[in-house]
Amino acid sequence: MDVWSSLMDGFATALTPMNLLFAVIGVLLGTAVGVLPGLGPAMTVALLLPVTAALEPTSAFIMFAGIYYGGMFGGSTTSILLNTPGESSSVVTAIEGNKMAKAGRAAQALATAAIGSFIAGTIGTALLAVFAPIVVQFAVSLGAPSYFAIMVLALLAVTAVLGSSRLRGFASLALGLAIGLVGIDSVTGQRRLTFGQPLLVDGLDIVVVAVAIFAVGEALWVAAHLRRTPLHVIPVGRPWMGKKDWARSWKPWLRGTAFGFPFGALPAGGAEIPTFLSYVTEKRLSKHPEEFGKGAIEGVAGPEAANNAAAAGTLTPMLALGLPTNATAAVMLAAFTSYGIQPGPQLFSSQGPLVWALIASLFIGNFLLLLINLPLAPVWAKLLQLPRPYLYAGILFFATLGAYSVNLQAFDLVILLVLGALGFMMRRFGLPVLPLILGVILGPRIEGQLRKTLQLSAGDPAGLFSEPIAIVVYIIVAIILVWPFAYKLIRRNRPAKSPLLPANSGAADYSD
Amino acid sequence: MSSITTGLKGRAELGVALLLGVVGVLVFLDANGLVTPYSQSDPVGPKTVPFIVSGLLIVCAILLAINVMRGGTGEAEGGEDVDLAHPADWKTVLPLAGAFILNILLIDWAGWVISGTVLFWGSVLALGSRRYIRDGLISIALSLLTFYGFYLGLGIALPAGLLEGIL
Repeated sequence: MDVWSSLMDGFATALTPMNLLFAVIGVLLGTAVGVLPGLGPAMTVALLLPVTAALEPTSAFIMFAGIYYGGMFGGSTTSILLNTPGESSSVVTAIEGNKMAKAGRAAQALATAAIGSFIAGTIGTALLAVFAPIVVQFAVSLGAPSYFAIMVLALLAVTAVLGSSRLRGFASLALGLAIGLVGIDSVTGQRRLTFGQPLLVDGLDIVVVAVAIFAVGEALWVAAHLRRTPLHVIPVGRPWMGKKDWARSWKPWLRGTAFGFPFGALPAGGAEIPTFLSYVTEKRLSKHPEEFGKGAIEGVAGPEAANNAAAAGTLTPMLALGLPTNATAAVMLAAFTSYGIQPGPQLFSSQGPLVWALIASLFIGNFLLLLINLPLAPVWAKLLQLPRPYLYAGILFFATLGAYSVNLQAFDLVILLVLGALGFMMRRFGLPVLPLILGVILGPRIEGQLRKTLQLSAGDPAGLFSEPIAIVVYIIVAIILVWPFAYKLIRRNRPAKSPLLPANSGAADYSD
Repeated sequence: MSSITTGLKGRAELGVALLLGVVGVLVFLDANGLVTPYSQSDPVGPKTVPFIVSGLLIVCAILLAINVMRGGTGEAEGGEDVDLAHPADWKTVLPLAGAFILNILLIDWAGWVISGTVLFWGSVLALGSRRYIRDGLISIALSLLTFYGFYLGLGIALPAGLLEGIL
């Protein structure tokens, strides 16, 4: 089988001592930043971009793969040991996980999260290896009109489906697209939004933008609202599970995986919906429904598996179509571009060895996480007690260093501060940051596809609809856009039961 | 007291709408100022997408302003270390931004080792640590380590500045 032999070649590349070392570094670094508040895998990959510029792309991506999965793992540790989840995808884990930890079952909660993540990650990566080439086969037949439509769908879906306010999501997306416009227009060589400033001609470096929004914005925001009384970290020994825990965990792991992968692979993806679905399902199917809300192990096992499977699923459109749907994938896409590699369906043929080494290292990273992190759990718990002044000063320090080392010009630091202030404002007023980042990264690519499309049709707008896939995608786009209005109509005709969405959700926002 | 604060907060969010509007107008004016002859090979031209983006920005600005006037508010982002119960603490944020700006001003002239030390030390103090000496030593160590780490490990020469020749 073709996939099999390519994958074996990938393992051969990924298992060289040097690359294995990068995988270990990636996994440790990823877990550490996942555990630490204020840092995430997306920001870590962004910060490491200038540092890894000197490396082979393969080694760099092997490390990124470790950071990607490690970050997920670290996030669950935080939400179990501290009751406040850092990422939206581990909100559900915190519900039962923290209750378990408080009842003295932290070790079991961490164990079921870790083993569940491993199983879901492994199955998810296997599905990725099988499905990505299929998607590629389908994708090579697509032309510019379809790509344009699919990218529009991804941007709209991420903006409209995730987050609590659609309006604020679109505001964030528009800002991102505007930032993406800065610099020389690649087709005509015109300078756009440079305001006569020669340093802006090359556009804003994606590292600077990502680090500003994720790191500087976050540090400033936390500084403004720093918790005066530190949260209580529940001490933990080495994670382990008894026979009964295994019996209660394995089915939720598999069901969680089944929820997570498809949702991750969709262009609107995200891990929030599948983790929530998994939680609800486990609650319904459990033989111990009375334990839910008091620390049921199924409520940790299922959502954690869903979370990791979704992470693997997200890589399918990223690798096969060049379409990222979460922040880490978006920054990895920027990394591909900075190595001069064009992501998209050609990736598998032009950079086959690199892609398969990346997929193989996802398997390896998963295994390493299990191997390294079960014994290290007490160390990660200690890391949570790092004094906050050092943590956030450190984030600013390394953010500055990372952004400065891209071009060695102080001007980038001015941009870093300005966009950091923007990140602060967005957090203050509930503008989600993901649409902005995707807008910056995908904006120029979308524009390119649009211009190619109309070039092919000699300026006739009908060219946008010249491929059947494009038409199908536009119908989906229309449904996503119209849905809140339709939903409101249905609710008006039928007396409202309990509203499913929180008061400030998208459905409410478009009411005017 | 609380009604005044909520009133002010409501108005503060109009600032976001204002920002969106201003950026939208800027994008429009900038694109409008581009001069390009029509070209067969590029019927879309460099102006179309900026016009669309500026339209989106302005529509968002208007809708957000209406939304805020009608009492809509964005949900401030929570997090592990975020306590939204107390109002924004500018006494922490402004010195922190000050340390950051000082670093920008110093980095090319005084070099990374000095400016980085100022940045980390200033940030730690702004964030409430009061162990001046220990923090200072940690700052110097971090700056030196990153300077040599980048130089020896990555081949990136951060500016040495005033310490040129010593480092």
